[in-house]
Amino acid sequence: MTQNKQATVFVRLKDGVLDPQGVTIQKALAQMGYDEFTSVRTGKFFELQIDAGAEDIDRKIDEVCSKLLANPVIETFEVKK
Amino acid sequence: MKVGVVTFPGSNCDYDAYAAIKHVMGEEVEFLWHKSEDLAGSDLVILPGGFSYGDYLRAGAIARFSPILGKVIGFAQSGGLVMGICNGFQVLTEAGLLPGALIRNKSLRFSCKQVYLRVENNQTPYTNACAVGDVLRIPIAHGEGNYYHFDGDIKALEESGRVAFRYVDHTGAVTAEANPNGSLNNIAGIVNEGGNVLGMMPHPERAVESILGSMDGIKVFASVRSALQAYKLVGEK
Repeated sequence: MTQNKQATVFVRLKDGVLDPQGVTIQKALAQMGYDEFTSVRTGKFFELQIDAGAEDIDRKIDEVCSKLLANPVIETFEVKK
Repeated sequence: MKVGVVTFPGSNCDYDAYAAIKHVMGEEVEFLWHKSEDLAGSDLVILPGGFSYGDYLRAGAIARFSPILGKVIGFAQSGGLVMGICNGFQVLTEAGLLPGALIRNKSLRFSCKQVYLRVENNQTPYTNACAVGDVLRIPIAHGEGNYYHFDGDIKALEESGRVAFRYVDHTGAVTAEANPNGSLNNIAGIVNEGGNVLGMMPHPERAVESILGSMDGIKVFASVRSALQAYKLVGEK
């Protein structure tokens, strides 16, 4: 029996898009004494379980990333399998 | 005019919009359920404020794929009037009907207060009852209203007069202090290329009676009414 496959999708804000959460976390770190961390950028990741019998899956992953998981105006995505 | 107000799971300004149209404007209005694929003959579709689908993933991202949106997109593409308020604006950018994106407020705080908006373009179906430079007092209530777009696209938007409203101070001046969320160029509302789709973060439906602190929101709905009347007169000729 074939095993289900898994893909992990990382979604990041594009360079230049303000990340107020990252800025706030960086400030908190500095306040805690960790001033060596000069920048923090936040992002998201998604774990997708894929039916073992699925076909054309690379194209479909790309499709769902650009349609739903990431907003191409502000974000980029990276898929790891 | 006949107005359809879309209700998504998590919409919370749908009744405000309904009441503004029915009781203040005295016009016909009906709710459109998100699972429906029928716009019920609406002349104007309002995507209201709230937290559609819990704002999961990104604000507006899931609502954009709801059954009713397919019809709304077709309606907008054929020139129909579609107005997105707050979460509705977020849905319209996610759907690609309006350019850019609405990201987290620069302050990271949810901001709920009265703000001043300056009318930048009165040649739209949503602003024709105003003069350019008019200052309207209308409330905001959002955590993700920070309008963002690429530099070149912002320039194109500005040059083609597609900025409908800008955050200003009470004198009408564009200042950093008057910008409640970090939006580029203090942008509060934009229209699409055809002018028939409007997205705005402030809530005109919450500024329609004196008890609410302002009646300036009426100008937006009165503009739509006169735009539709003019359109119908042209149609009859």
